[in-house]
Amino acid sequence: MSNSKEFAAGLKDGIPICLGYLAVSFAFGIQAVLSGLTVFEASAISLLNVTSAGQFAGLGVMTAGGTYIEMAAVQLVINLRYALMSAAISQKLDSSVGTGHRMGIAYGMTDEIFGISAARKGRLSPFYSYGAILISVFGWVLGTFLGAYSGQILPDRLISALGVALYGMFVAIVVPVAMEDKKILMAVLAGVILSTLFYYLPVLRDISAGMRIIIVTVIVAGAAAVIFPDIPGEKNE
Amino acid sequence: MQGNTYIYIFVMAAVTYLIRVLPLTLIRSEIRNKYIKAFLYYVPYVTLSVMTVPAIFYATNSMYAAMAGFAAALLLAVKGFKLMTVALGACSVVFVLEFFI
Repeated sequence: MSNSKEFAAGLKDGIPICLGYLAVSFAFGIQAVLSGLTVFEASAISLLNVTSAGQFAGLGVMTAGGTYIEMAAVQLVINLRYALMSAAISQKLDSSVGTGHRMGIAYGMTDEIFGISAARKGRLSPFYSYGAILISVFGWVLGTFLGAYSGQILPDRLISALGVALYGMFVAIVVPVAMEDKKILMAVLAGVILSTLFYYLPVLRDISAGMRIIIVTVIVAGAAAVIFPDIPGEKNE
Repeated sequence: MQGNTYIYIFVMAAVTYLIRVLPLTLIRSEIRNKYIKAFLYYVPYVTLSVMTVPAIFYATNSMYAAMAGFAAALLLAVKGFKLMTVALGACSVVFVLEFFI
């Protein structure tokens, strides 16, 4: 496929992400202004970070008056999963794809864009990523702006309902893959059970959310890799 | 707020970008080890699931509404609906239920 066709395909696949992001970033914009940020600052955070959980956690550090080191540590822990996703996507790129393109793709490595990129058949074209990133980031920043601008006039009930938008998106990414591959399904169920145990059990529940996500992911994905090392799409070399 | 907002934003953005860019630029060749490959294959879906449960139950005013929203998202996703429909469907269920709870 030509570069412009790849770009168009990315744009098209990015439309639902854009709309999903509008809802989630709207909630972020509201929260940012409640935390004392200006509309411009809130929008700048969304444009420069493009993360959901990381941005919400960042607001927490700011309002608590945390140090810059603390901010860096929180972002590192919560967003470390992107390193795993980037490593996974590095395997879908042709080795001829240069550093510039790799740096471009990295900017938009979100859970959702990763999801559609990983689901792409064969090699991933950087132009597909650019299309998906362009429209998704547009939705993410626009939603933040609108939320920050109009947040205070929205009823609490609506803000509460928007709280599940992010998770609804995650469900929509995981379920189709889990239905297709029973090994993913088992790994996902194990992850959910372990995560719940970590959330409620004494001692374990003192672990921060970001750290819990990483620990459980490494344990479960590690165990799955050992138990089911044969994954689909692998030519047996 | 005690620190400078723009320095906070810069620190956030810099750390987040480095996390994303280093693996993509440093890993140039295909990983041959089948265990590492399998690990990278499972990671994203496990991460998303772990981020969702149990956090989703605390994301709204009422936990029961959140549970119903989660159930709605699962059902819609199993039925094959796309991202936006699933997300907005879950939100709608929460929105309507919270009138009664």
